Amino acid sequence: MEYYLGLFVRAIFIENMALSVFLGMCTFLAVSKKVSAAIGLGIAVVVVLTITVPVNNLIYNYLLADGALAWAGLPDVDLSFLGLLSYIGVIAALVQILEMFLDKYVPALYNALGVFLPLITVNCAILGASLLMVERDYNFGESVVFGAGAGVGWALAIVALAGIREKLKYSDVPDGLQGLGITFITVGLMSLGFMALGGIDL
Amino acid sequence: MDAVKDTLTGPIFKNNPIALQILGICSALAVTSSLKVTLVMCIALTLVTAFSNLFISSIRHHIPGSIRIIVQMTIIASLVILVDEVLKAVAYDISKQLSVFVGLIITNCIVMGRAEAYAMKNPPVASFMDGIGNGLGYSVVLIFVAVIRELFGAGKLFGFEILPLVTEGGWYNPNGLLLLPPSAFFIIGLFIWILRSADAKQVEEPDFRMAKHTVAEEGV
Repeated sequence: MEYYLGLFVRAIFIENMALSVFLGMCTFLAVSKKVSAAIGLGIAVVVVLTITVPVNNLIYNYLLADGALAWAGLPDVDLSFLGLLSYIGVIAALVQILEMFLDKYVPALYNALGVFLPLITVNCAILGASLLMVERDYNFGESVVFGAGAGVGWALAIVALAGIREKLKYSDVPDGLQGLGITFITVGLMSLGFMALGGIDL
Repeated sequence: MDAVKDTLTGPIFKNNPIALQILGICSALAVTSSLKVTLVMCIALTLVTAFSNLFISSIRHHIPGSIRIIVQMTIIASLVILVDEVLKAVAYDISKQLSVFVGLIITNCIVMGRAEAYAMKNPPVASFMDGIGNGLGYSVVLIFVAVIRELFGAGKLFGFEILPLVTEGGWYNPNGLLLLPPSAFFIIGLFIWILRSADAKQVEEPDFRMAKHTVAEEGV
């Protein structure tokens, strides 16, 4: 239990998806102008990551990895080169299913998430988390915790950035830095702040 | 001929994918701490963008609109798998250093963005040029960042010593911050500043303007 808690905290703070691993930057910079939008997107990312990382874990361990097809009587088959194609397919399909499910059963959340849900397919934090999970050889339990932690960390980062940017629009920024430029520098400072957590060993 | 040249050189400075279109930023930050790795990443991305544009453009009349994203994804993913396998075979060390970022070319918004915005509407040769152009625009920013980070952070370029370090009896005291990830944000931020100071059309409108001629005493 303690081990899983450590993994969870590490995924949120020490290896923060947005500020330490730099994944999902495009949406991170583009959709962080308002806190309300950032919260919506953050929740969507948490949900999608918590589902896709474990599913991709199962697919990798029981279909694609070297010798994974032993249960089907094919112990010599190594399909790991199909990994990228399978993960992105799983992500796209799951996002689509989630969208239909929410539309039918939880319309309030569906309306709140709006256009962000389909956008998540091309958010590299999702695919990145699956690839990191494969690279680090997580088992099923670890992948659930890692997926959820990575999502919460990303959501935390985007909400924090949106909060800063809402205040920032009242400040007098040099013309060339207006908009994107100053956002980059802000994120750089936030990322420095998160590096302070890097020394924690769990 | 001019049109071809424009599609090729336009994205490098005038319509840079990273600085202006906000596309493909993740990898720009994470792989720029050494020039060699950056160069491999740039070549990989340029090739994938160019060929995915070419293939998608050649079959654009046969792709049904409703499933186009999946078709594009499949083409892009196949190309990336090809690049990944070649890298693993030819340059294993570099592919280890790039780790997940080769795979992430699939979701690199430059590839998807150009396929959707350009290749779906234009003939194959022009699309191929557009892919190369955008790849180069991406490469310019990445190489700029990587040169600064490696030269001033470690005193080296391509692993060869340029500025002799104090620790090895030289005179240059390296700036360790530049090797840490956050420095990439600052350098790209400054790059955008330079680019937009040179070309004022790219400056974004602020939400609020400062009132002019505000005298400090007025508020007292």
